[in-house]
Amino acid sequence: MARIDQLDPELGASLREKYAIVGVGETEYLRGSGTTVRAMAVNAVRNAMADAGLGPGDVDGMLSYQGADSTLSTFVSADLGIRLNFYMDVMGGGSSTEALTGIAMGVIEAGMCETVAIYRSMNGHSQTRIGGTGARAVAPVVGEFLHERSYGWQSAGQKFAPTFLRHMYDYGTTPEQVAHVKVAHSHHASNNPKAYYKNRVTVEDVVNSRMICKPLHLLDCCVETDNATAIIVTSADRAKDLRQIPALIRGVVGRVSKPRADLHYQAGPISTVAGHYAGPRLWRNAGVGPDEVDVTGSYDAFTFTTMLQLEDYGFCKKGEGGDYVSNGTTFLGGRRPNNTSGGHLCEGYTHGIAMVVENVRQLRHEADDSCPIGPDGKRQHTHDHSEGGCRQVKDVEISANLGWATPGTGSAMVMRRGV
Amino acid sequence: MSDTINAEYLGMNLQVDGLDNSNLAYFKHCAEHRFHLQKCDDCGLIRYPVAEGCSWCGGGKATWTAVDGKGEVHSYTEIHHAIQPAFKAYTPYMVLVVDLDTQKGAPTEHEALRIIANLVTADGVLAPPDVVAGVGIGSRVRMVFTDIADGMAIPQFTVDEDAEQPSAPWRYPAE
Repeated sequence: MARIDQLDPELGASLREKYAIVGVGETEYLRGSGTTVRAMAVNAVRNAMADAGLGPGDVDGMLSYQGADSTLSTFVSADLGIRLNFYMDVMGGGSSTEALTGIAMGVIEAGMCETVAIYRSMNGHSQTRIGGTGARAVAPVVGEFLHERSYGWQSAGQKFAPTFLRHMYDYGTTPEQVAHVKVAHSHHASNNPKAYYKNRVTVEDVVNSRMICKPLHLLDCCVETDNATAIIVTSADRAKDLRQIPALIRGVVGRVSKPRADLHYQAGPISTVAGHYAGPRLWRNAGVGPDEVDVTGSYDAFTFTTMLQLEDYGFCKKGEGGDYVSNGTTFLGGRRPNNTSGGHLCEGYTHGIAMVVENVRQLRHEADDSCPIGPDGKRQHTHDHSEGGCRQVKDVEISANLGWATPGTGSAMVMRRGV
Repeated sequence: MSDTINAEYLGMNLQVDGLDNSNLAYFKHCAEHRFHLQKCDDCGLIRYPVAEGCSWCGGGKATWTAVDGKGEVHSYTEIHHAIQPAFKAYTPYMVLVVDLDTQKGAPTEHEALRIIANLVTADGVLAPPDVVAGVGIGSRVRMVFTDIADGMAIPQFTVDEDAEQPSAPWRYPAE
């Protein structure tokens, strides 16, 4: 065993609950935003600052992630009147939010700045299509990509599919089991007015939708949308003076990878994903295990990504992910709902950051848009999860987000409801 | 420095940069219908795809080595909705993950030289639907090449007619 695989159980606790997410915000999920990624990013960060009760003089750090399809912190900060003590714009997709949250904690801890806004802004439908069609499909094929794109192997779904099929081969996982991920998230989205797709679907709808690339049907794949989303990270001490109940960060891991991050099919069982490596470090840092988690945000670029991560982070035994996502556990009203917003399959696509936003709202006990408002101005949750109803999970204390870049790379974060 | 290779293939512009010495060497062999990979001078393991160091031990020196192109399908995807426009005429086409017999089970039982390529006919054209329908996990394949331009070819796989095939290779269950 390599030295880096030996986890000291005593380490990992030093920053536990010392930092928090104190503000969240987003723009509407659209196909055709009619505006620039800069304008959307500014609106999302402004919304997150207002949510937290922070003004331009209170935010001095900024982080963003993108795939050569977005705007930069220099422009977004200037448009908000923010003078930065720290910023960085990094490359990356679905494994970024949790990793950047960890970076934000680190730079605040190092005294480099006080409060960090993290955003992702993309016209994922109307400009740079996340599904890979359009400009990305006709760009010259160079360097490493000669060994991939030359074979018509380019989009995320095409490149992940051999992992998904091999899991079916190795463990007998069925398309119908995995289709329940879409079914669950569609039920959740029907209770989320923000969601792009709010219609509930059935297992039959999923497995009868047209084939994209085996084993992925159209409804196994997420939606492409235009959107910007932002979160704000600061110290738990500073959070006490702010507007919202803080989501305290118990532990993060960032871009943990299987061997051979260049082409993960070269290493290990290909039906095992990065969560196998990330899980022990995540739970060590968080000081809790999967059993103590009340709600999950397992990345759903595809139905299979949700299933594979829940399995490899230890929410069920290896090979039993198909059962786990189809036995009711992950539905609202189940033991541990996943992606209560409807996630990327239904709400909209943000490379993971919206799943963190949803869990922050769950931890605040404010993830609801329809229950009656009581005399204290807060929603009186009915926990009736029927269509168009409540989506707040009862008595949520601990959440876990599981971000996915590829089968070979993932990030994760555990949060706890503050006071 | 060498000239950059510019080739057109299925509507794509494939470029091997004149500075990219490792890929130039790889595709030079391919153009001669020879499959050569880098073998680490330190640990002796062959690696795929082309790289600038040994992905298993970090060793910096390697020697181009002839590798036999026979193997078995480890996994695959069958693409019905093509992203790149010129592939649409060939759907459904297959992308294979093939475990070569060479170095199978190394460095551990979970690894192999897993080569990415399409299922093609013996003359290197994307396989027609009736051929695609007969291939799955466990199918035996052999390497052939698709010629793209002078000095440029890419490795591919075709059904190995001389090999013993599984009676029913594993296919995605919902046909």
